[in-house]
Amino acid sequence: MRRAPFLNRWLFFALVVAAIAIFMDHDYYYTLLNFIGIYTLLVVGLNLLLGYAGQISLGHAAFFGLGAYTSGILTATCGVNPWLALVAGLAVSGGAAFLIGIPALKLRGYYLAMATLGFGIIVYIILNEAQGLTGGPSGLTGIPSLALGSFALNTPRRLYLLIWITLGLILYLSANLVDSRTGRAIRALHDSEAAAESLGVDTFRLKLKIFVWSALYASLAGSLYAHALNFIAPASFGFMFSIKLVTMVVLGGMASIWGSLLGAGVLTVLPEALVVFHDFEVVIFGAILMVVMIFMPRGLVRGILDLYEFRRYKREGGVVSS
Amino acid sequence: MENFADLLQYLISGLTNGAIYALIALGFGIIYNATTIINFAQGEMVMLGAMCAVTLYQLSPSLPLAFLGAMVLVTLVGLVFERLALRPVKDPSPITLIIITVGGAVLIKGVAMLLWGKDAYTLPPFSGNSPLPVGPATILPQNLWVLGITAISVTGLEIFFRFTLVGKAMRACSYNPRAARLVGIAAGRMVQLSFGVSAALGAGAGILIAPLTLGVYDMGTMLGLKGFSAAIIGGLGSLLGGVLGGLVLGVAEALATGFISSGYRDAVAFLLLLLVLFLRPQGLAGGRK
Repeated sequence: MRRAPFLNRWLFFALVVAAIAIFMDHDYYYTLLNFIGIYTLLVVGLNLLLGYAGQISLGHAAFFGLGAYTSGILTATCGVNPWLALVAGLAVSGGAAFLIGIPALKLRGYYLAMATLGFGIIVYIILNEAQGLTGGPSGLTGIPSLALGSFALNTPRRLYLLIWITLGLILYLSANLVDSRTGRAIRALHDSEAAAESLGVDTFRLKLKIFVWSALYASLAGSLYAHALNFIAPASFGFMFSIKLVTMVVLGGMASIWGSLLGAGVLTVLPEALVVFHDFEVVIFGAILMVVMIFMPRGLVRGILDLYEFRRYKREGGVVSS
Repeated sequence: MENFADLLQYLISGLTNGAIYALIALGFGIIYNATTIINFAQGEMVMLGAMCAVTLYQLSPSLPLAFLGAMVLVTLVGLVFERLALRPVKDPSPITLIIITVGGAVLIKGVAMLLWGKDAYTLPPFSGNSPLPVGPATILPQNLWVLGITAISVTGLEIFFRFTLVGKAMRACSYNPRAARLVGIAAGRMVQLSFGVSAALGAGAGILIAPLTLGVYDMGTMLGLKGFSAAIIGGLGSLLGGVLGGLVLGVAEALATGFISSGYRDAVAFLLLLLVLFLRPQGLAGGRK
């Protein structure tokens, strides 16, 4: 890849984010954008694990929830500084990922899927049942907003810049990670663990690293989410949300950093744009997962481009062999 | 002997739930044995079985008819699912298959919500509702039906896989599909058959449990996951292991409900799953890896 267009992409991202901050004047849209930003953080993390490293997690909502609840409990109940609470959330989520990852990442395929799923459900149940700590099913209220010095980030518009600058940095970091030596090792791991190992990649450590890394992204997203809403309830962190995250990854495209933004964006805007969508939400998620995985395993954008190129190739008289 | 009566009561309800998990685990095992696919939509077949039986029973109040009709319908769904969702897959890696079948589960659940709404429906028990005494505890006739039909299904399947030509052919496909094809076994047909049989089993489990727990559109997710957990706990690929796993899971849950708290029931089930996965991933019965 040439260097210049790569640079331009980041410049473009920064310009769009800045332009929106300057010209747009509607709290509703900022709220929507904030959700997209937070979900993209989660999806990029999951994509590193699922798309790049080829390790599935069906319990990713748990790390999101651990971050959100650590932030929520420490600030609302104990009065800790929100930034400190955010760091504590990272420690809790990262620690949990490390501890669960050591035994779980020795497993493959279905076994790994079930281990992460089981972990996710256990965390969800604890959030519901440990009422003294988490407020139980009715949730945790009174979570303060984040503040920079005396400047409270208590409106969607104020929070918007923080979330999207964070997201920009995370995207940049992830793109660099994927393009680095470690990134190539991760992809090798995806294609063949044995081959990667024979070339000197410590596959287990690498898997663990990516797992913890993606849990940290999720925790960061969780803390931002808690402070953005000032309220959290376990229902946001259940099995269905884990599936929603996988759907976002699949729709945007496995192993695509920018696709994560697309997947999170589309699946956040759609339910808002179409009110009827609400009843059909579950059906549509299911259909997306199936159709994209069966017919366009490389994601929506790549899949449509592939179809287009295939058509053009055929039109120009190319020979098609399946 | 207050405690003994409680314990016995928990055991009875645990074994009943366990038998249902065992039936679902058998469904997972049969498909896995023929294809090495795990069909995450298996739980939704259970839900569909219960819901179809409820609707059929409302149309014409005859339980045997509702039972058979629902099983036939769900078997068709299982066959269609295999045909439309799994056969066209070009890259059958576990991740792809997990995502597709999870997507299928979510899709079926969503459609069921549109068809039946979010209400819970009742199905009358097969033979009355008067509890029978068992020592200091009691057992419902429906519990006996669950246990009895599970026992018959397990025995029937063991005989089928061990002694019939078709059963042996299916097992051959699981050991080595290419070799099976070389000796003239229609491997594709066997895959279809496995999906049909396991959908029917799932539907049966759903119809059996509907009189005890009501039928709701979202009952399948947890039942499916628990059934798969049972299959893993017992040892994936071993049918009898799956039955053992189901019973262990059911009893562990019932005891947790009784002696810890009902809220943590599901947590105990999945904790057991994690323990088995981490300490003995080949399962209690140690199926082949």
